Amino acid sequence: MPSANSVKLSCESLWKVYGNNPEQYFTDEIGSFNVEEKFQNLTENGSIIACGDVKFDIPTGSIFIIMGLSGSGKSTVLRCLSRLVEPSFGKVELDGLDLLNQSPKDMIEIRRHKMGMVFQNFGLLPHLNVLENVAFPLKAQGISKNERLARANEMIDLVGLEGRENSYPHQLSGGQQQRVGIARSLAAEPEVWFLDEPFSALDPLIRTQMQDEFLRLQRQLNKTIVFVTHDFHEALRLADTICIMKDGQVVQIGTPSEIVLAPADDYVKKFTSEVPLWKIIEAQSIMEPPDGKEVDRPSVKPDTLLEEVMRLFDGKTEEVQIVNESGECHGVLTPVSIIRALYRDEKKVG
Amino acid sequence: MLAEKNILPILWGGVLVFSALVMTLGSDLKWLFEFPESLHVPIAGFLDWIMLGFVDLFKWLFRFISRVLEWPMRGVQGFLEWLPWLTFASLATFIAWQGGGRRTGILTLVLLLYIVIVGYWYEGINTLSLVIICIPLAVLLGFTLGVWGHKSPKANAVIQTTLDFMQTIPAFAYLIPILLLFGFGPVVGLIASVIFATPPMVRNTILGLNRVPPEVRESGTMSGCTPRQRFWWVEVPTAFPQMLIGVNQTTMCALGMVIIAAIIGGFEDIGWEVLGRLRKAQFGQSILAGMVIVCLAIILDRITLSYAKRQLPTESHTGLRIKQFIVGFIGISIISYILAMFIEPLRIWPKSLEFYPADTMNALVFNIIANFGDVLETSKNQMQYFVLLPVKLGFTRSIFPITWGFALTPTIIGIYWFIIFLGAAIALYFRHWKIAIAIPFIAGILYFGITGVSWVVYLVVLPLFAFSLGGTRVTLFVTGSLIFLMVSGIWVPALVSIYLCSVAVAICIILGGLMGIWASTSERISAIIRPINDTLQTLPQFVLLIPAVMFFRVGDFTALLAIVAYAIVPMIRYTEQGLRTVSPTAIEAGITSGCTPAQIFWQIKLKLALPQILVGINQTTLFGLNMLVIAALVGTTGLGQQIYLALSKVDAGGGIVAGLGMALIAMSADRMMRAYISRTSK
Ligand SMILES: Nc1ncnc2c1ncn2[C@@H]1O[C@H](COP(=O)(O)OP(=O)(O)O)[C@@H](O)[C@H]1O
Ligand SMILES: [Mg+2]
Repeated sequence: MPSANSVKLSCESLWKVYGNNPEQYFTDEIGSFNVEEKFQNLTENGSIIACGDVKFDIPTGSIFIIMGLSGSGKSTVLRCLSRLVEPSFGKVELDGLDLLNQSPKDMIEIRRHKMGMVFQNFGLLPHLNVLENVAFPLKAQGISKNERLARANEMIDLVGLEGRENSYPHQLSGGQQQRVGIARSLAAEPEVWFLDEPFSALDPLIRTQMQDEFLRLQRQLNKTIVFVTHDFHEALRLADTICIMKDGQVVQIGTPSEIVLAPADDYVKKFTSEVPLWKIIEAQSIMEPPDGKEVDRPSVKPDTLLEEVMRLFDGKTEEVQIVNESGECHGVLTPVSIIRALYRDEKKVG
Repeated sequence: MLAEKNILPILWGGVLVFSALVMTLGSDLKWLFEFPESLHVPIAGFLDWIMLGFVDLFKWLFRFISRVLEWPMRGVQGFLEWLPWLTFASLATFIAWQGGGRRTGILTLVLLLYIVIVGYWYEGINTLSLVIICIPLAVLLGFTLGVWGHKSPKANAVIQTTLDFMQTIPAFAYLIPILLLFGFGPVVGLIASVIFATPPMVRNTILGLNRVPPEVRESGTMSGCTPRQRFWWVEVPTAFPQMLIGVNQTTMCALGMVIIAAIIGGFEDIGWEVLGRLRKAQFGQSILAGMVIVCLAIILDRITLSYAKRQLPTESHTGLRIKQFIVGFIGISIISYILAMFIEPLRIWPKSLEFYPADTMNALVFNIIANFGDVLETSKNQMQYFVLLPVKLGFTRSIFPITWGFALTPTIIGIYWFIIFLGAAIALYFRHWKIAIAIPFIAGILYFGITGVSWVVYLVVLPLFAFSLGGTRVTLFVTGSLIFLMVSGIWVPALVSIYLCSVAVAICIILGGLMGIWASTSERISAIIRPINDTLQTLPQFVLLIPAVMFFRVGDFTALLAIVAYAIVPMIRYTEQGLRTVSPTAIEAGITSGCTPAQIFWQIKLKLALPQILVGINQTTLFGLNMLVIAALVGTTGLGQQIYLALSKVDAGGGIVAGLGMALIAMSADRMMRAYISRTSK
């Protein structure tokens, strides 16, 4: 699991406040003030807290998804991580390097070599064709024309746009434009990949297709990813970790099944209510302790989804055992425990 | 809310009674009808004093600039004059083709050939060379200011207000201080044109840069651009199409001003030719020369527009690649130059081959006037007697037995006022208090004439009107403007201007409104009207004077025609557009709820289109005031004439005051209309 890996990107006590002169409220050290008090002060003063007191760690090579309703501050957090938006307060660390202390010049170097970003409405340059758009980050670095076009061509092949190199953005469909956006963001071979609702502007069918492509790319490239979406299903499909935001604050951080099984509050519960739980919950997260019986029953791996477990219950089978790689029995599942989980029996959950 | 509802009718009632008392009981008091001289403030003198002081201090600097500019100007001019017309025409055609394809290319060639064959190449090229030097200067200046305005909100506030003033102050008024600073000569025309042509470039640059989508800007940053790279590689290219629209507008403004600047003379250009011929009543010549201006306008418009349009996603024509284009350009230059060296008529079109049918045209015009003179004269007189004079002087001073067929006897006056009050009473009975107030006011204006109403009445009625439309700020602006017009001693000419413009605007609203309605119902009519409107709007205003003067000589009526021809365009456009964009669902809803076609038109379409139509009326008013000044060239009285006179005397103070007066009238009208529009569209 990625959680075992080192932390690539992290933030702590991250605030972005819009309003009249919010800096005056942030004179003290991190952790030295009362967060609720600060929220109250700022709100009374008429400021808008786009995000407040946000903290998380993102392990190398994992997909971290920020999810929330529109206006909940997702884009703001994402932009604070790359300093597209200057945070009002807090700490952002990339590979242990304090980003907020970097000079503008150093920041440009970091963006050139370590960061890539995909935008909701693509953000393509209308006057450049596909090839030039993809090569643009390399042009900014001052790489020679031949080399950058060769690299751009590779990227175009990677996202499956061969043959459209000379088209202009307006000649492409939304899905194709976003492929260009993706190719461009990867052209400089970044380590951290930011995506702000990359598929929200696309039709549902194309969206699913792009999500598959995204997973394929990630298997191939293994980047550290921060992905923003307002679509809970998308988050469940793609995430290693989901961070749920509401009104600028983090409500819950956890794996998809943690979030689904143990929603932190009603806000999160609302998202999970329409989710087909059997497609998300893994056998190990709701199994009961092993009973030690030596009967003939089907075995499944710990991370098998309930969907598959349920298929095993035919007329004769009444239990399924969960067995790890070395053949040890970890626990058992019965139809009753599954039904309880799906109906959210509070006792069982957690 | 309730208080305001009650207070307005009472205020208006009070003002009505007060005005009536002033106009009847006060009719013997001279000071009520002529703004007392003792209240005049010598604003003009003061401005003159400042201006002259400024000139004394900085004349050397401006004269220096003038010298510096004179070199490239003479250079370009000399070069273009030396260039064989064939070379110029083929290169222009090539550039036009590169931008807009075959049609633009052929159009350019044909129009240039007209200029050649008619024998106005020299004058045309002189005008064009001024425009050609003006464009890069104005574009560069406009771009710089625009970028500054985009980057700094403070600068933007200053720039926007300045641009507002620059657009409403008549072009003539600019010329005076420029003359004082830079001295006489063609450079003045150039500088005036640059100043006049810069605002659209500034506006479009700011607009384009502000409209760069934030994601595009961010994508530049995330691609690792330095701020400078981001500006030149991301923001400017994205804003470029909008900037090209700015270049197009700047070019058209430059041409317009170069032509207007011809009235200060000193330069053998086509504007001077038209004006001179017009003054000598040589209509054939002035039409032929005027057509040259039309040709230049169309060429410049189409070429610049084609390059702007080429940036659109839908445009299919892309022309040659840059390298091929340069090769083609050089090739055509060489070939056409060699050809012209061997075949003299291709270098300089010989006099003997000129086609200059001015005399025939003059004969034709005389023929028309001889045959239709009566009709023309009658229509002119009818308009004068039954519309212009009553509005200007009032029934009291315009109804005479010779013209109206009866005299204004006490009985008739009694009947007149009886009908008016009956109408007002009926309106009041049906609780339409606004109509009840409006009827006697309009009747009063017609009775006394715009110039016959006491300034005291204006000073109470107009601010209250502004207050009813807009609110405190508009009211203060209007009051301030009125006071300025009065104390600076230009009240009477201002009233004359207002009178002429009101009549023109009224005609535009009725005629243009009807045409807009018609065009909105028929694709064919719309297709016929649109190119006419386009042409009317691209032509330098000056050209519109020619036909008007030709048939009606100088005077208010002639000016009226020219103003209507120019100012009617926005009215037609906005009416048609407003009616066409009414949502079909609203109409369907009307049909299903059983409205008659008439009800659908009046209560649904017209009502929903009203905000757009009001914008059209506002534009028409501004266009009318703008054209009014140009029309002063054909002898209207009023502020336009004041500016024109000041120009001929190089009287800076007088000119600035009159120009400022004109701008204040335009801005007052604009603010009142806009306040009303923003209220009705809520
Ligand atoms: N430049 C800004 N000025 C003022 N308020 C802003 C600005 N940018 C974002 N906000 C506010 O911050 C909040 C969070 O915005 P955003 O991060 O864009 O939300 P999301 O991406 O989740 O939809 C919103 O309420 C928004 O109105
Ligand atoms: Mg967002």
